[in-house]
Amino acid sequence: MIRVLLALLCIAAPALAQETIVSGLSQNRVSITADFDGSEILIYGAVKRDTPAPDGGPLEVIVTVEGPSTPVTVRRKARVAGIWVNTDAVVVDSAPSFYAVATTGPLRHILSDTENLRHAITIERVIRAVGITAEAEQSGEFLLALLRVRSKEDRYRLLEGRVELTEDTLFRADVVLPANLTEGEYKVRLFLLRDKRVIASQERLIGVRKEGLERFIFNLARERPLIYGLVSLLMAAIAGWGAAAAFRLVRA
Amino acid sequence: MQLYLPIAEVSVNAFLILGLGGIVGFLSGMFGVGGGFLITPLLFFIGVPPAVAVATGANQVVASSISGVLAQLKRKGVDFHMGGVLLVGGVVGSAIGVWVFRLMTAAGQVDLFVQLSYVVFLGLIGAMMLQESLRSLLRTRKPGAPIRRSHVHSWVHGLPLKMKFRASGLYISVIPPLLIGAAVGFLAAIMGVGGGFIMVPAMIYLLGMPTKVVIGTSLFQIIFVTAFTTVMHAVTSQTVDMLLALILILGGVVGAQIGTRVGVRLKAEQLRILLSLLVLAVSVRIAVDLLVRPDELYSVAPGVLP
Repeated sequence: MIRVLLALLCIAAPALAQETIVSGLSQNRVSITADFDGSEILIYGAVKRDTPAPDGGPLEVIVTVEGPSTPVTVRRKARVAGIWVNTDAVVVDSAPSFYAVATTGPLRHILSDTENLRHAITIERVIRAVGITAEAEQSGEFLLALLRVRSKEDRYRLLEGRVELTEDTLFRADVVLPANLTEGEYKVRLFLLRDKRVIASQERLIGVRKEGLERFIFNLARERPLIYGLVSLLMAAIAGWGAAAAFRLVRA
Repeated sequence: MQLYLPIAEVSVNAFLILGLGGIVGFLSGMFGVGGGFLITPLLFFIGVPPAVAVATGANQVVASSISGVLAQLKRKGVDFHMGGVLLVGGVVGSAIGVWVFRLMTAAGQVDLFVQLSYVVFLGLIGAMMLQESLRSLLRTRKPGAPIRRSHVHSWVHGLPLKMKFRASGLYISVIPPLLIGAAVGFLAAIMGVGGGFIMVPAMIYLLGMPTKVVIGTSLFQIIFVTAFTTVMHAVTSQTVDMLLALILILGGVVGAQIGTRVGVRLKAEQLRILLSLLVLAVSVRIAVDLLVRPDELYSVAPGVLP
């Protein structure tokens, strides 16, 4: 019995730890300041091997970048009495505010459905929508619409073939973060694949935060809304009064 | 120059916003209106979320109204008594408006609600103004036509709780100004506008106030109603974007100076016809959006249904 187990281990262990990922990020924090206009992060790495590369299918790499998730409400318009009105709505339990998948090749050639399900790699697998079928007819349409709308906003991206892999060892991917970024922890996941199966993976985090003036205004608005409102008024009053005063000076 | 707006959470071109503020300021200086009815739809158009556009628009109207009132004050064009009564109504209306706005946001119908308000009110006021100014233009061309009396006694004058408004030379019940104030306050909250375009005709035709004090008094009470609306939005939904407001205001005050100068050179009837056409154009533009099948039937909003 023990011998059988040992024999199994000998077969299984190298297959598990034969190739591992060593990776780095060009930055592990992104600051949203007043002049923020999107940001590009470089995700790079190497495949570490203790033994020569195994036989079998070619090495493939998938990199995902995932923004903080929130529940979202997807609404559908329909014509009511001649005008277009939101009629049906579906709540999706959790959808990331940003999601990018970069790969070395076409996803369906390098990733199997079961592995996709297990590791939740494509956006369809990341979005959690339990029980939406009860909320509206054709609830699948709402999910497709969510993907379509967010893809159009550049929030969801599929970057097939955009991971460069050199000599089966070095890889890099550039992911552009859009200007309409949400604050929070962005999760970067790296997967190594052979024969459509994940053989190694790694996870890293990028912190995205508003900084400086943006941080100050945002915090004030959330934590001291009354003072924030009064400050906004004061600003408007000074500007209005200043304009009138300048007016008089120009006329005089 | 791109600028990231901290509350709207979108990146916009600062010069575009400055230009928008400038154009709206120009028109408001020329016509003597706050310009909120233009700025809010324009903000929708460049991608600012509707809730932020409405709340920030109100903040911008505060600045332009203060600037306008200070100019009117020198001409003794403000009836503080009437302004005060309108204001009491306005604050009540505004509070109801902010509350309805929240309900509509929760129900997912806020866009529709705001758009419908724009179509209905701008359409009505624009049409009324156009008709009235065309008629008076014709009257000036045809001498000898009957002139309408400015002070007509109607059912409005039979209501109780009468009060003297010296600057306006009126002795009327406080109920109509209270109701008008409330209606305008309500609109200010849901449309992000000062309501001058409703207030001015209401004062002239319903209350029979002399034109001399109408604009100043309307602006005077709009300051407080929009100030109240701004604070209410800031507290209840945190949708006032200070940075966006600041740039709009900067553009607006410069535009208003130029606009006022151009306005002086035009005749009053011509001005009113232009303004009414502008109001109608905005109304039609929004109506078309509601009537034509949208390209994308679905919309996505973060958060859950209540």
